[in-house]
Amino acid sequence: MSTEAVVSIRNLNKSFGDNHVLRGIDLEVQRGEVVCIIGPSGSGKSTLLRCVNMLETPSHGTVVVLGNDLTDLDTDLDAARAQIGMVFQSFNLFPHMSVLDNVCVAQQKVLKRSSTDAQKIGRQLLERVGLSEKESAFPAQLSGGQQQRVAIARALAMNPQVMLFDEATSALDPELVGEVLNVMRGLADEGMTMLVVTHEMGFAANVASRVVFMDGGVIVEQGSPAQVIHSPKEERTRAFLSNVQQH
Amino acid sequence: MAISKRKRAQYIRFGVYALSIALVVAVVLIVDWSRLQGAMFRWDLVKKQFPGLLTTAARNTIIFTILGFAGGLALGLFLALLRLSRARAYRWFAATYIEIFRGIPLVVTLLILGFGIPIAFQWQWPNPYLRGAVPLALVAAAYMAETIRAGIQAVPQGQMEAARSLGMSYSRAMATVIIPQAMRIIIPPLTNEFVLLIKDTSLISILGVTEGTIDLARYGRNGVFDSANSTPLIVAGLAYLVMTLPLTQLVAYMERRQKASGR
Ligand SMILES: Nc1ncnc2c1ncn2[C@@H]1O[C@H](COP(=O)(O)OP(=O)(O)OP(=O)(O)O)[C@@H](O)[C@H]1O
Ligand SMILES: [Mg+2]
Repeated sequence: MSTEAVVSIRNLNKSFGDNHVLRGIDLEVQRGEVVCIIGPSGSGKSTLLRCVNMLETPSHGTVVVLGNDLTDLDTDLDAARAQIGMVFQSFNLFPHMSVLDNVCVAQQKVLKRSSTDAQKIGRQLLERVGLSEKESAFPAQLSGGQQQRVAIARALAMNPQVMLFDEATSALDPELVGEVLNVMRGLADEGMTMLVVTHEMGFAANVASRVVFMDGGVIVEQGSPAQVIHSPKEERTRAFLSNVQQH
Repeated sequence: MAISKRKRAQYIRFGVYALSIALVVAVVLIVDWSRLQGAMFRWDLVKKQFPGLLTTAARNTIIFTILGFAGGLALGLFLALLRLSRARAYRWFAATYIEIFRGIPLVVTLLILGFGIPIAFQWQWPNPYLRGAVPLALVAAAYMAETIRAGIQAVPQGQMEAARSLGMSYSRAMATVIIPQAMRIIIPPLTNEFVLLIKDTSLISILGVTEGTIDLARYGRNGVFDSANSTPLIVAGLAYLVMTLPLTQLVAYMERRQKASGR
């Protein structure tokens, strides 16, 4: 694995009014790495992830993705975002479009692919997430797990260099979690660079190349899954993990 | 003597029904129907309204309505987007516009734009249809802007975020993701707005009319002056109903359907 930073975050701070949510985050993600971010509710995991594609504007610090400093006003954010895939807890499929159109619309409007090319790529990706036969269905006709797989295909259709997952399985019924995690695992196996906020400790333990534990807006501890999940050094990490494992 | 609440409600309902029926019967008996028909619904005069009612009056009412609606919709959409803009000055401009045009009666706006401005600037409206439809559109835009803004805001925030995270610009996301979804919510109230506009076009004739631009209401009034009989107005009123009733029924249908589909 070459060491080329895809995402490089320096001294990232974010406040919402008086609420100082991120307090100086430094984080680098190398190409091909799968970084899982864990931590208690409200610790700033989503905010951190949303700063990586500038859905939240950092109050302070820099976010460099693929060599472009996104906090620099000269950077073309739309072009940068097209290379960063994002998957949301609530899927956020476009409800007025068919599954295939969901996967094709940004390819055509942003990447300017022809509709034939976009559909060809769209169909390949739907097949890959196991939803070929659903291409003309509408999101409301799909289960949560199916919707989330379409959302993943939609993001992949842009040929992203890095994928961000914000609790992609938290809104799913327990029996549907596996199908989404399997798709994510497949992506990781193929070498996709991924930043994954998750409560699925099993996924973090088995798939992550690195686990980052956050609390109170700072990175408390990071390292291999074996280090962070199985023999945490910090008391706060231990407390969080024992709490999670009880549930 | 205690009487249960439900029984009392039943008695009251029965009383109201009985009273209503008595009232209808009284009206039917008291009114001199042939005289009423003679003053308000004479067949020969009904026939005399045609074909001018259709070929000129109704046609002009529809032209004014469509011009006013199309202009109002375009400007209303623009104002709604300004209202939702991040720039405070834009929001302020749109809010001020909306307050001004909703706060002034249409008649006053019509007179100012139809007479006041042309006199002040030594200028003439290039077209009598525009002279009536532009003020109508300016006022309609203020109402539509609020409707459209509410519709856009009803689309979940996550939709914009998903579109932006795919690399769409703000305006691209608005056009392909947000506004099509907002439309579902907006169409019933906009149809109501259309119905209001149909009726509001009846005010345009205070600017004066030519033979060619006469609208339904003025056509009816002129008919009354000519015949010294109310029949032409009744016919005009019925013509309005023919246009508005299907639309209000359509709105009711759309609202029932949206309720059923849970949105
Ligand atoms: N748009 C916002 N406006 C104001 N405050 C916000 C906003 N987004 C997040 N916050 C606040 O930032 C803090 C961190 O939120 P964040 O969503 O990043 O936490 P999280 O670690 O993802 O939690 P969870 O596990 O519950 O998703 C919380 O206190 C939250 O209330
Ligand atoms: Mg979160």
